Amino acid sequence: MVAPGCLHSVGPHPVPTTPGPATQERTLRQRTAAHVILLLLATTFFAGTAGTASAQEDRSEGIRGTLTNEVDDEDVPVAGVEIAVVDADGAAIGDVTSGEDGSFSLDLPGPGEYTATLDVETLPEGIGLRDEDRASLTFSLTPGQNRPLNFFFGEDTRQRASTTDRVLQLTVEGIKLGLIIAITSVGLSLIYGTTGLTNFAHGELVTFGGLVAWYLNFQVGIPLVWAGLLAIAIGGGASGLLDRGLWRPLRKRGTGLIAMLVVSIGLSLLLRYLFLYQFGGRTRPFAEFGRQRQVDFLGLGLVGITPKDMVSIGLSVVVLVVVALLVTRTRMGKAMRAVADNPDLAASSGIDVQRVILLVWVVGGALAAFGGILVGLGEEVSWQMGFQLLLLMFAGITLGGLGTAFGALVGGFVIGLFINLSTLVVPTELKNVGALLVLAVVLLVRPQGILGRAERVG
Amino acid sequence: MDWGAIIENGLRAAFGLEAAYFALAAIGLNVHFGYTGLLNFGQAGFLAIGAYGMGISVTHFGTSLWVGILVSILAAVVFALLLGLPTLRLRADYLAIVTIASAEIVRLVFRSARFQPVTGGSAGLQNFAGEFYRINPYSPGRYRLEAIYNGALGPFDVVRGLLALALLWIVVDRLAPGRLPGSRRSPQAAAGEGREVIGVREMVLLVIAALILVAGLTPVSFTQNRMWILTVGWGLVVITSLLVFLLMRSPWGRVLKSIREDEDAARSLGKNVVSYKMQSLIFGGVIGSLGGLVFVIGNQSIQPDNFGTPITFFAYAALILGGTARVFGPIVGSMIFWALLSVAENGLQQARGAGYISNDLLTATQVGQLRFMLVGAGLMALMIFRPQGIFGNRREIDLSVRR
Repeated sequence: MVAPGCLHSVGPHPVPTTPGPATQERTLRQRTAAHVILLLLATTFFAGTAGTASAQEDRSEGIRGTLTNEVDDEDVPVAGVEIAVVDADGAAIGDVTSGEDGSFSLDLPGPGEYTATLDVETLPEGIGLRDEDRASLTFSLTPGQNRPLNFFFGEDTRQRASTTDRVLQLTVEGIKLGLIIAITSVGLSLIYGTTGLTNFAHGELVTFGGLVAWYLNFQVGIPLVWAGLLAIAIGGGASGLLDRGLWRPLRKRGTGLIAMLVVSIGLSLLLRYLFLYQFGGRTRPFAEFGRQRQVDFLGLGLVGITPKDMVSIGLSVVVLVVVALLVTRTRMGKAMRAVADNPDLAASSGIDVQRVILLVWVVGGALAAFGGILVGLGEEVSWQMGFQLLLLMFAGITLGGLGTAFGALVGGFVIGLFINLSTLVVPTELKNVGALLVLAVVLLVRPQGILGRAERVG
Repeated sequence: MDWGAIIENGLRAAFGLEAAYFALAAIGLNVHFGYTGLLNFGQAGFLAIGAYGMGISVTHFGTSLWVGILVSILAAVVFALLLGLPTLRLRADYLAIVTIASAEIVRLVFRSARFQPVTGGSAGLQNFAGEFYRINPYSPGRYRLEAIYNGALGPFDVVRGLLALALLWIVVDRLAPGRLPGSRRSPQAAAGEGREVIGVREMVLLVIAALILVAGLTPVSFTQNRMWILTVGWGLVVITSLLVFLLMRSPWGRVLKSIREDEDAARSLGKNVVSYKMQSLIFGGVIGSLGGLVFVIGNQSIQPDNFGTPITFFAYAALILGGTARVFGPIVGSMIFWALLSVAENGLQQARGAGYISNDLLTATQVGQLRFMLVGAGLMALMIFRPQGIFGNRREIDLSVRR
């Protein structure tokens, strides 16, 4: 979803000798597991799978690989696909067709620069390249190198849906993402409003929620609904502890805001790699609600949506309405807004500012954890899912107006929608770029954001 | 455990390519953050622009390497203008958000499959540094940091000896102000600082002096190509530091520092604050792009994912460790930062190999992750307990007075 498009095209790792095709696959799996950190994002964020490299001892230069397509978590070989290789001058060197087991290998005349092109026309029906721009891979061979080539498959996108259908589909996706950004950034915005802290570690609260829910659900075996509720409570509690244990003492010491910002960056780095250390670099799904078929939304035949996405959107709306009511209608919400507006004035009117700030952290952390669970439900859970969301959250709250609760809602929603709709024009892997550019333009035109008050901020 | 190898690798890291690269990145950040108070969290973007400006010119447009380097510098200037225009009029944290976002944009665009013919996509660019190594003055072979190891004194030993002497002189001068001939420190001024007998600074200086001497006894050596890029890299570090030193003593530098201390006061004295900030952003960004150039020419390869956001945070850690708003801060910070990382990583790997730490507790890949955790924890601890780093002046770095 928010993962930047990062295809691991040409495997750079050396390949040891392995005997027999039966054991090859297994050793490769183990090796892949061991190299998870190397491949990091590359192997993880995609539902379809890479053509993994088959290993063989060969002293001469060449390319090899196995074309597989992931169907229901199982790798199905893709046979009969032609791959043509040309050299740096464009002269044809040779071509090869993938066998019954999807494997292919081709000897090349020597070290140098080559381009391998997969003939899309020879793909079986229903299978397409995940990224059409990656039909051609350019690579260089060193002497004696037998290079693995990976092509990534996914659903066939050759039969493009009509523009209207795509707009509707992307709108639904955008609403889902926008709601997630809105939910997670309420805390970020309120924390900024009440304490002035630009919390770069907020993404890690999102990841924390997702990981705790995954652990309770997958490892302990609690149903996701209860695991989710528990994770939200734990996320809120951990966030509150962070305020009591770290940020409140720092505020007491009179640590500057910029110093605290740098501290939050250190904390983000520490937590993120702690997650990686504990959880590993793979993305993992929850035990329930794995792959669902899309059902027709409202029976109109316009938009397909999975039931879990429908539930996720519904829940998000309910939560956001509750948050909005809490902030506007309750005494505590009023106190929050008062502190965000002017902490000194709030303190002098008898509001316990530290308590309000603690509450903001707890609520913000709980909402972030909820967002993390939604991300895990829509995609899968990973160690840096929150960090990837962080810049979008910043874009959202800047757009909406820094420090206001409603600004975060509106801005996050708009950013999510914009990101998905922008894929109509820009390549999917660059969709976040558009959102970040919008951020820059907003700062130029209306620096206080949509809902922010016009005031001198320079 | 092979302590000799651990120390040797630590020393190699302190003088190696990464240390020179991060020193340049941190010198640029020092101009931004240390002297002007600009929160630039997109230094990785400047590094990437420096690397790709040259790489694309050479590999795609077939220009010579030197033209490519000029393109890199120009591209860094343009990038600074693009970053600065929307944000320099706004509050400091807006710049932080926009710069970190821009650095990500730059990386995503460079690694995008759409521009693969130009940027090489996620595989990056290679084969551009030939011209640089063709003028390598070092003849083939391995070069040690010194000659004591070979039983004869060489030019490196003289340089090392002088460096160690200079450090010792500084320490003695700090501990007994005004006693040494030519000392500019007066005992009264030192008393006014109320310093402890021997502080962190003095201890670090002594350790560095000792290590510089010890380097002569270890077999740390580099190939002729590495030696050549290291000479150029550290040469650039010295030149840019000298430039920063002179500029910060000039009226121009004083305006930058006054903006850091109180923007409104500087404005009320008729200074065009936005223009000065922009000049600072460009100056520091160009220094950063030089760092990117040194790194990719040294590696002879450009990988887009080498320029992720953690790189900026590493550079900040190195800068704050050494001491912000100090000319030597980023240099010493970067050397110590990489030496510490290397010692930590090698120490853990060796402890694993020797069986002190079981494989269940810590796998080989997890050692690398532990490294990032250490940087994060170190950055927090530094900022909380010693924001001035090793050499900084706490009063000058006291960020709480800003805003």
